[in-house]
Amino acid sequence: MLETHDTVTEERTEAETGKPQVEREFTVKERGYWRMAGRRFLRHRAAVISLVVFILLVLFAFVGQRLWHYKWNGGFIDAQDINEAPSLKHPFGTDDKYDQMAEVMRGTQQSLKVAFMIAFFGTGAGAIWGVVSGFFGGVADSGLMRFADLILTIPPLALAAALAYQGGGKLWQIGIVLAAVSAPYVARVVRGVVLSLREREFIEAARALGATNVRIMFRHLLPNTTPVLIVNATLLIAAGILLETALSYVGFGIQPPDTSLGLLIVNAQGAVDTRPWLFYFPGIFIILIALTVNFIGDGLRDALDPRQTRERR
Amino acid sequence: MTIDLAVDDKGQETDPEALIAVDNLTVSFPTDDGVVRAVRGVSYTVRTGQAMGIVGESGSGKSVSSLAIMGLLPKNARISGSVKFRGRELIGLDEGELAKVRGNRIAMIFQDPLTSLNPVYTVGYQIAEAIHAHHDVSKQAALDRAVELLGTIGIPYPEQRISNYPHELSGGMRQRVVIAIAMANNPDVIIADEPTTALDVTVQAQVLEALETARHETGAALILITHDLGVIAGHAERIAVMYAGKLVETGTTEEVFYRPRMPYTLGLLGSLPRLDQHTHERLTPIKGAPPSLLNLPPGCPFTPRCPLAEDICDAEEPELLATEGTGHAAACHFRNRMADADAAEVFGDAQEVVS
Amino acid sequence: MLVFVIRRVLISIPVLVASTILTFIIVKMTGDPLTYLKTRQPIPPPSVIHQQEQRLWLDRSWPAQYWHWISNVVLHNDWGPPVLGHDNVRTDVFHALAVTGRLVACSVAIALILAVLTGVISAVKQYSMTDYTTTFIGFVFLSMPTFWFAILLKEWGGIKFNEATGTHTFSTIDEPSSWVNPGQLLGHVLLPTIVLGLVGYAAWSRFTRASMLEVLNSDYVRLARSKGLKPHTVLVKHALRTALIPLTTVCALDIAALLSGAIVTENVFQWRGMGYLFLTSLRNRDFNIMLGWLLVAATLVILFNLIADLLYGVLDPRIRHA
Repeated sequence: MLETHDTVTEERTEAETGKPQVEREFTVKERGYWRMAGRRFLRHRAAVISLVVFILLVLFAFVGQRLWHYKWNGGFIDAQDINEAPSLKHPFGTDDKYDQMAEVMRGTQQSLKVAFMIAFFGTGAGAIWGVVSGFFGGVADSGLMRFADLILTIPPLALAAALAYQGGGKLWQIGIVLAAVSAPYVARVVRGVVLSLREREFIEAARALGATNVRIMFRHLLPNTTPVLIVNATLLIAAGILLETALSYVGFGIQPPDTSLGLLIVNAQGAVDTRPWLFYFPGIFIILIALTVNFIGDGLRDALDPRQTRERR
Repeated sequence: MTIDLAVDDKGQETDPEALIAVDNLTVSFPTDDGVVRAVRGVSYTVRTGQAMGIVGESGSGKSVSSLAIMGLLPKNARISGSVKFRGRELIGLDEGELAKVRGNRIAMIFQDPLTSLNPVYTVGYQIAEAIHAHHDVSKQAALDRAVELLGTIGIPYPEQRISNYPHELSGGMRQRVVIAIAMANNPDVIIADEPTTALDVTVQAQVLEALETARHETGAALILITHDLGVIAGHAERIAVMYAGKLVETGTTEEVFYRPRMPYTLGLLGSLPRLDQHTHERLTPIKGAPPSLLNLPPGCPFTPRCPLAEDICDAEEPELLATEGTGHAAACHFRNRMADADAAEVFGDAQEVVS
Repeated sequence: MLVFVIRRVLISIPVLVASTILTFIIVKMTGDPLTYLKTRQPIPPPSVIHQQEQRLWLDRSWPAQYWHWISNVVLHNDWGPPVLGHDNVRTDVFHALAVTGRLVACSVAIALILAVLTGVISAVKQYSMTDYTTTFIGFVFLSMPTFWFAILLKEWGGIKFNEATGTHTFSTIDEPSSWVNPGQLLGHVLLPTIVLGLVGYAAWSRFTRASMLEVLNSDYVRLARSKGLKPHTVLVKHALRTALIPLTTVCALDIAALLSGAIVTENVFQWRGMGYLFLTSLRNRDFNIMLGWLLVAATLVILFNLIADLLYGVLDPRIRHA
């Protein structure tokens, strides 16, 4: 995680040898950890393409809604246009009320929001949980990890459904519930990393310099878990989207009148045959989001934690 | 350039008794930053029963050149040149053919015995496996031979040891198991790549002794690769010193140790602490670090660290040539001048430090 | 070895106990089981409500309820009455488990074999076209919402196929009535097995590939090659043997997850297994069924965790002796 120096410069001062200097600088540049990681990431074609596509998806969902003249909950579609297959006027077709492209835009937006919430809060909570547990060790660690294991014994969908049952199906509620379900997993992973870091000399050194526990945890341990956190966060985004879909399927996800991609395909189940565009478009978007995020996560994992030397073909 | 008593100083290797003949071996690896030229035209021969030591720092290319002999380099390695075993070219042979030679005629010992042995199989199984690979014998016979081998190299209670897993043995014992595997089929050549580097000093002697026993029992030639000159001293008749992917000095151990002809070798010898010296002299290290193998400038790669360097050293890389008509060759423009050089004088200030 | 086993088992017990408490709390959080009664029109008289509350022990404190439930389960094998109807909760849950078990067994078997095959091939031929294609396909499978794919398969694989061939080959509802009849078997089992096995396949194949790659670069594989062993011996006896060890752990845990997590697949194909049972009990707020379900689910997870640990000990001597 610390700087790596690739420079090798050979210089001798004139005083040493009394001969004119020969500068023999070998042109390998010095690079920091993040720059090298960035370079490694850019070499993953799939990850880079996915990143571009993902950004386009985000733009489509958030910006597109402002630009597109049909709204997801508005109206303004002509009566004769309902339940029509995709056309120039309605590129994603229509259902019996709304233009589908607007629906998909809104759905994507909501699903993305949920997914980001899950990733952010799940990773955040999990990270603090894991760092505290790993750092203090002993009984606290045992207790915290047992609790995590406990949560992990309950099937996530069941747990989420049960927790979400009482709520009104608002977006932030779904987000928090799913984040809570994901946090223990992150906590375990982070704790593992912390355990391996705890014994390293730089922690001892920090302590010797008088750092408090809190300082060690947040200034030294947590930053070193960043690569793991980033990778896990991306995985949670992908998993989150799929979990949200499943939750909608069992009826405990985002409730109408709002919509999400999950809800869209659930509502379109019966129409696979008759109005397939209602079923396929949202589904493809879910796949695109999860796929691009998965590839990005894969690229990030290789970039931030390269363990095998990649050959150059 | 081969070093052979029967050949002139620029001679071709035509040594009919050569067991292994390496000729102009070059190995490079493409990486993100460019091509790393790990081995740059290395040639040497090893005769039957001979023990040759290859000495060099990390990154000098010594391990890579031996892996090339066995065909064990990673897939992205670019190899050129020739490696002949009993006149048969090994480079470019397919895996099936190579498998017949490996472990059978040429065996290898690696540096870290903990990771070299498969953790899920017993030690006895892994030795017997080596035997089974090349001989059609019964399971029991192979295990018996395994017990025999372990006993030969000095492991007590071998009958019990064969049922142990690698993690149950100490580092020294593990390495001796690896040696047993290497000698199992009476190979003609044993290549030992830093066999003692991962071990404690006290254990090193035991392992080296086991290596000697292995040689003695099998009559194999030995290529001993190490960065530790002390290890070479007692166990090799000839030495080859490598630096930055090339051989920079070759000759008999005595010649190279007592009359080094290349400043690098001189520096290496001078930087060794010695218990038998009574004058309190400072160690004279060689300043600087080995060059990056990515962008080697023209000229001798040792130039930046060499106190004797002159302009010609920057311009032209010296060839490995015999000095004054002997079999002792060095790659230095001033090889003939080096005869009585003293490391302390050449490399540092030889002030006496009063204790 | 025995010590290892016993230690693991002993550790599991308090986890199980704690799990029951958590389970209870979760179920309690889903709300009042008698909501259906209290929201009925016209509202039933208080005596009726009170009678139900007594029958179901809902008028006691939470700890009392917990104790009542758990002691009945453990001591009398009585899992409590359902809110509606008179079925036996225990038999319901175990019956559902058996149904799901059959489905999961099929899926896992196929998915595992395919995953190991593709994982190994991908690793050995790293960076080849085969590798890229299988990796990509794996990723796509990992990114698909299960039920979306299930419906798709049901539509195209099942219904359209039936229409095209004029037969009723694929039945999209329920288990096969007979597991020995190949027609029945194929028609009922194939599609759900594919769906359920998909995610497992994708995850395990990636895992195998990663594990193999790491092992193929290891020192002991290099030594095995240097011994002159035949390439396929090196691959199977040395590389695969050690690479599969972590996979067994992952697989065991995933099986446990599948047994309680096949909710979506079961629903789409109308198999009355664990998933189906959970959903109906959740909708009906039938708390004793939910409790029983969660109890079994948690036990399965703990049990398979144990199995995973034990398998690891069997396969890796270093763990055994630790």
